[in-house]
Amino acid sequence: MGQAFTRETWINLLIFTVLVAVAVFAHLSGQGFTVTLATKAAIFALAGVGLNLALGYGGMISFGHAAFFGIGGYACGILASHAANGTPIFAFLAGSNNMLVIWPIAMIASGLAALVIGALSQRTSGVYFIMVTLAFAQMIFYFAISWPRYGGEDGLSFYVRNNFPVMNTFAPIQYFAICATLLALALIATAVITQSRYGLALQAVRQNSQRSKAVGIRPYAVLLTAFVLSGMITGLAGALYADLNRFVSPTMLSWHMSGEIMVFVILGGVGRLCGPVAGAGIYILLEHVLGGVSEYWQALLGLMLLVIVLFAPGGLIGLLSGRKRHA
Amino acid sequence: MPVLLVAEQALNGLQYGMMLFLMAAGLTLVFGVMGLINLAHGSLYMVGAFACATVAASTGWFWLGLLASLAAAAAAGAIIEVLVIRRLYARDHLDQVLATFALILVFSEGTRWVFGSFPLYLNLPPALSGAVTLPGGLQYPLFRLVIIAVGAAVAVGLWLLISRTRLGIRIRAGEADREMIAALGIDIARLYTVVFALGAALAGLAGALVGSIQSVQVGMGEPVLILAFVVVVIGGIGSIKGALIGAMLVGMTDTLGKALLPGFFAQFMDVSSANTIGASLASMLIYILMAVVLIVRPQGLFGARV
Repeated sequence: MGQAFTRETWINLLIFTVLVAVAVFAHLSGQGFTVTLATKAAIFALAGVGLNLALGYGGMISFGHAAFFGIGGYACGILASHAANGTPIFAFLAGSNNMLVIWPIAMIASGLAALVIGALSQRTSGVYFIMVTLAFAQMIFYFAISWPRYGGEDGLSFYVRNNFPVMNTFAPIQYFAICATLLALALIATAVITQSRYGLALQAVRQNSQRSKAVGIRPYAVLLTAFVLSGMITGLAGALYADLNRFVSPTMLSWHMSGEIMVFVILGGVGRLCGPVAGAGIYILLEHVLGGVSEYWQALLGLMLLVIVLFAPGGLIGLLSGRKRHA
Repeated sequence: MPVLLVAEQALNGLQYGMMLFLMAAGLTLVFGVMGLINLAHGSLYMVGAFACATVAASTGWFWLGLLASLAAAAAAGAIIEVLVIRRLYARDHLDQVLATFALILVFSEGTRWVFGSFPLYLNLPPALSGAVTLPGGLQYPLFRLVIIAVGAAVAVGLWLLISRTRLGIRIRAGEADREMIAALGIDIARLYTVVFALGAALAGLAGALVGSIQSVQVGMGEPVLILAFVVVVIGGIGSIKGALIGAMLVGMTDTLGKALLPGFFAQFMDVSSANTIGASLASMLIYILMAVVLIVRPQGLFGARV
């Protein structure tokens, strides 16, 4: 907005186009499985877009974003399971299987969690911040495990994918379309937010919190807002992921999940608009390809990650666009 | 609640706390001296446990297994320090988190490849198995007392090492000013490798000890790692004293919470919901403790810096 199309903008458009093209091509050639892989990539990308807002633009290294991903997922699962068996959640609150109802509730629930976790974690910084966000996510993870009402350790299945007006969410390509559209909206929202007055304030706080204080910006409020928005986007991704699998479990809340969301962001490029999209796409691709090579593919994935961190710190988009990060 | 049961649970909490201290001490040293966040610390714990189980099973000597756990974890620590960690000191925490997360994947899957997915079990030597009768008539497993003693010995040893030896002086100096001690002609790269290997050896020891009372399996280090982080956050980064006190707090809170909370809730509600609420609250209790500590003191109980 307001600036000419840079090389990176073209790369961003290209990345998103590739994702959509893969899904459409797979659909036309009748490969439903590949469409589902692309859907998974779009959902993980959305979770990464959420984290990127806190991590890339706000400089907050959250290692607990699985909390928001999982809360979004559980919001979806709980609403759907109550809708399926017709029981109310509380005295008057009913379940729902309408995505248009589920998404805002998932986003509000994860946003509230992000507000509480963010407000407390903001008191710390550096290594403490990383570990505190991690520990809060663990708190919710253990809560989910030891709370039998919604499946505890076994998770919660709901057998029918939720509805979206007019569309048939069971058709893989249609569900992909829904997820890809939300991803596109989140990317546009991120672009708008980061280039607004607020986004400039966020950037100022990330670069130098002392100086931004001196010009009248309150770092706490600015960072907390970014953290809450970030949690909400990741929570929406969680709700979509639950619907993709028709299943939620504490795995979505585990710290491995937090690590993976972080990997999507870093692999693609921290603080770059489409970094998470590229990162999630490559991750899913690697998972699929390496999984065919060896049963122990995660070791290979780990080695590749190591090489990337050690020798290509700007991530994939950093390599392609050749521009220093956060220029 | 019978007094004996509470006493037994308190000892369990102490033992758990000592084990957490062995983990947290290495983490906090590496944080404090090198400013490095090492997620792969739990993998070193796992390496120690597997080394102990393998050597003890093939030679029949538990003690040899214990030595092997120290040696294997220290060696693994030194190797990853030289190959990977060394390149990360100057990077930001984000790169450190990602690289050490990648190391976890490599270690876990590598171990699964070599040893398979099934858990290994360690037999305790007769001299250490069985129970002893404590004053007051409590029967308590001897090996758990041994773990408490080992933890206490390590705490004293680390304190002596850091406050009384030349290596300790260098560690403290490295914490304060990296450039200055390098300028004084101290081989900082070697110092870092030594500190990292020392922390790794402690994690390996913890793995071997805990592997002897539970089982040895891939992924065993991860829950412990998170708890060690909680301990370090509560105690304050870089402080061995903080790690000890934080570990005791976490060990006691967790064990006593799990043992006593269901009974406490059963006083005023039916047993099944008391069990549910008690169990879920107990499993969150240490994280609540951590949140409270951070609200009061963001830098942890004994931490100097935020």
